[in-house]
Amino acid sequence: MAGLIFWRKKKEDKAQVSEPVVVEPVEIETVVESEPVEEVVESVVAPVVTEPEIVEEPVLEAVELPKRRFAGGIKSLFSRIKFDLENLNELEDILIQADFGVDAAEQIVAKVKAKAKSTGAKTEAELKQILTDLLAEAFTRDDIALKLDSGVQPYVILVVGVNGAGKTTTIGKLANWMVQGGAKVTLGAADTFRAAAVEQLATWAQRSNSEIVKPTTEGQEPASVAYETIEKAIASGADIAIVDTAGRLQNKQGLMDELGKIRRVIEKQTPISEVLLVLDATTGQNALTQAKAFAEVAQVTGIVLTKLDGTAKGGIVYAIQEQLNLPIKLVGVGEGIDDFAFFDPQEFATGLVG
Amino acid sequence: MFGNLSDRLVETFKNLRSKGKLSAADIDSTLREIRRALLEADVALEVVKNFIAAVRERALGDEVSKALNPAQQVVQIVNEELVQILGGEQKRLTFAKNPPTVIMLAGLQGSGKTTLAGKLAKWLKDQGQTPILVACDLQRPNAVNQLQVLGDSVGVPVFAPEAGNGSGNPVTVAKDAIKHAKHKQYSVVIVDTAGRLGIDEELMAQARDIRKATDPDEVLFVIDSMIGQDAVNVAKAFEDGVGITGVVLTKLDGDSRGGAALSVAQVTGKPIVFASTGESLDAFEPFYPDRMASRILDMGDILTLIEQAQKSFDEEQAMEMAQKLAKDTFTLEDFMDQMQQLKKMGSIKNMLAMMPGAGKLRSQLDNIDEKEIDRTEAIIRSMTPKERKDPKILNGSRRLRIAKGSGMTVTDVNSLVNRFEQAAKMMKTMAKGGNPGIPGMPQGMPAFGGAGSQANKNKKAKAKKGGKSGNPAKRAAEAAGSPTQNPTEPGAGSAFGLK
Repeated sequence: MAGLIFWRKKKEDKAQVSEPVVVEPVEIETVVESEPVEEVVESVVAPVVTEPEIVEEPVLEAVELPKRRFAGGIKSLFSRIKFDLENLNELEDILIQADFGVDAAEQIVAKVKAKAKSTGAKTEAELKQILTDLLAEAFTRDDIALKLDSGVQPYVILVVGVNGAGKTTTIGKLANWMVQGGAKVTLGAADTFRAAAVEQLATWAQRSNSEIVKPTTEGQEPASVAYETIEKAIASGADIAIVDTAGRLQNKQGLMDELGKIRRVIEKQTPISEVLLVLDATTGQNALTQAKAFAEVAQVTGIVLTKLDGTAKGGIVYAIQEQLNLPIKLVGVGEGIDDFAFFDPQEFATGLVG
Repeated sequence: MFGNLSDRLVETFKNLRSKGKLSAADIDSTLREIRRALLEADVALEVVKNFIAAVRERALGDEVSKALNPAQQVVQIVNEELVQILGGEQKRLTFAKNPPTVIMLAGLQGSGKTTLAGKLAKWLKDQGQTPILVACDLQRPNAVNQLQVLGDSVGVPVFAPEAGNGSGNPVTVAKDAIKHAKHKQYSVVIVDTAGRLGIDEELMAQARDIRKATDPDEVLFVIDSMIGQDAVNVAKAFEDGVGITGVVLTKLDGDSRGGAALSVAQVTGKPIVFASTGESLDAFEPFYPDRMASRILDMGDILTLIEQAQKSFDEEQAMEMAQKLAKDTFTLEDFMDQMQQLKKMGSIKNMLAMMPGAGKLRSQLDNIDEKEIDRTEAIIRSMTPKERKDPKILNGSRRLRIAKGSGMTVTDVNSLVNRFEQAAKMMKTMAKGGNPGIPGMPQGMPAFGGAGSQANKNKKAKAKKGGKSGNPAKRAAEAAGSPTQNPTEPGAGSAFGLK
């Protein structure tokens, strides 16, 4: 997968690059580190950000963010058993153990069986291929990349999720990656609830060289911090604003309503490009309930699946994808600042089945 | 809110009521539903398999052949087994003979260790201990800071010589903390550690080193109640890697069913000590295995119902009633007692709504007049003691007087007397081994036997064989009648937490 491109308005000095450079993925399995395509990055670092007074046909220029690939991490479903026609039924157990859930597991097994029958697949390799294709296909969709192409800046990313899912860490990584790609990033510390959450985000801001907007008073209304973040991001000509929110369990109605409010105050100033729901891959069936609730209240546009570096497989995202039609956009694979990647359906499926 | 399991079980048992006894096939179909329910609650597959096998064995045994309502009986067995695995009784913290007591917290990232450390400190402080918090999470940005803020807000000192954020050695900090605590005579040392993955050998080794350095009295494994199938792997990894003495379940205020609790308890054999139930620093309580069992099974409502029935029907009263029935001396007074017993169980509507399958009854439920019982009571209270004992003496003028006294009409009084006579007749039939009915309950209510009938039936049942009542209250009477039946359940009455 190529690096992500975001579009910003072209500066006055527009002799620079303008073609969106789509770079072919580097065919090295082990790459986790970012592989910035040097020339492109350098070319966009130089110019200063949009000057709003230039009233002309908005010409967009593409800014290529470094590629993110993710290798390893996902462990195969089939560590123990031989996978053939005879023990196809065991596939159900295996999928259940990967948190796919009983319904999804039954459904997948039925599909694999049907396909195997129609194609006459018998060998382990053939069956695995069927399963891989099935999973990859289920996760493949055209809205899998972050959508940063409207040209209306700053692109606002709102990050939501339950407590301890990894929101703040995800934001740190995301910010760092975007800054590496030459974007100007402002972070908003709208988690004013948890002890030291603001400081935690501030540390990430420092590490990633992003701006941060903190609450000015203790326990300030989160929506007002979000508002100020956007206000400041616009004033300072930031390319991207990422707003952190406090972790909340989806059954706490009051806290969920607060998210709606945060959304509304941001949208008063500028449209929100992405609402990312951060899900912990170790979460079981409750992740589906979480996704439902957050999708409804915060109008989630994509999922970030974190903690995939452990033993958890995160199978519940299959059900989420099927039932809620939400794309998985990013994955988190560790605590390091570079430990995240774009979600690649083929890679994910191959990793699980391989 | 009806758990899927409740309704599905009702479906499974639809054709079973008349049979009364469980066949192997019946048990299997029930267990299939229970298996699914457990998996949907995120209980690990291998744990589910073992569990189902154990329940099946027990259900096939003698025990269930006495069952009156097979669905309930199986649910009861499942519940008891769940409670047993979850730790049977509450476990208390072990305190060191020579203070300080050292409590080490370990777990995955984001499981809630630091917040829990603050809550635990507050809880201990409220109990008169003098705890100190130790910041050994030097990994996560500002974890140290977070602990300090928490310590401040609960008024507990924090030992934090290192600023964290990736620098400093947690083992050294832990060692120094113990020295410090001994010197300053703190009674409990709570060691917060960094979140780590079970497969991260380096960090697990570090956790072991912290353990060695502090020689903790408790190593509490903190786990998010929302965790899925991976709970088994994680728990094993921590048990093998660090060695744990107990488990703390966090985020139980969410709506996850928390099957992980069962997985962890089963896999590690370690008790679950605490439950963390909210973001406020007070949201922390000892773990109740029974409540968790209900939650996992998603049958909380029906178990509550069983419990309420058990609690409310006073066993002695029930026995007395049974004797009266046998001697044919059931009076209006007893009738009223019975109704009051029912009232004690809470709103009848609510209670019926708790029963599985009540969804279908919902329209009927809306028609139930809760006041009916009050009116009946008023009528009976307007009678003289003599009239209550012997309703046959109720002539026209007595009935008019009673109607006036209770603010009802003579028709109401008549209908009550009729209902009483019917009920008495029914009970007599039942006492002879017939079918329990609705002793004078308001119209539109499904069968709900009274205490008297139950106790009586139990007596008969022993002589004759199992009856067919669907009445949960039956258990109370039966438990009294045959205490050996459920040896694992000494305090059945208190075994199910009230909602």
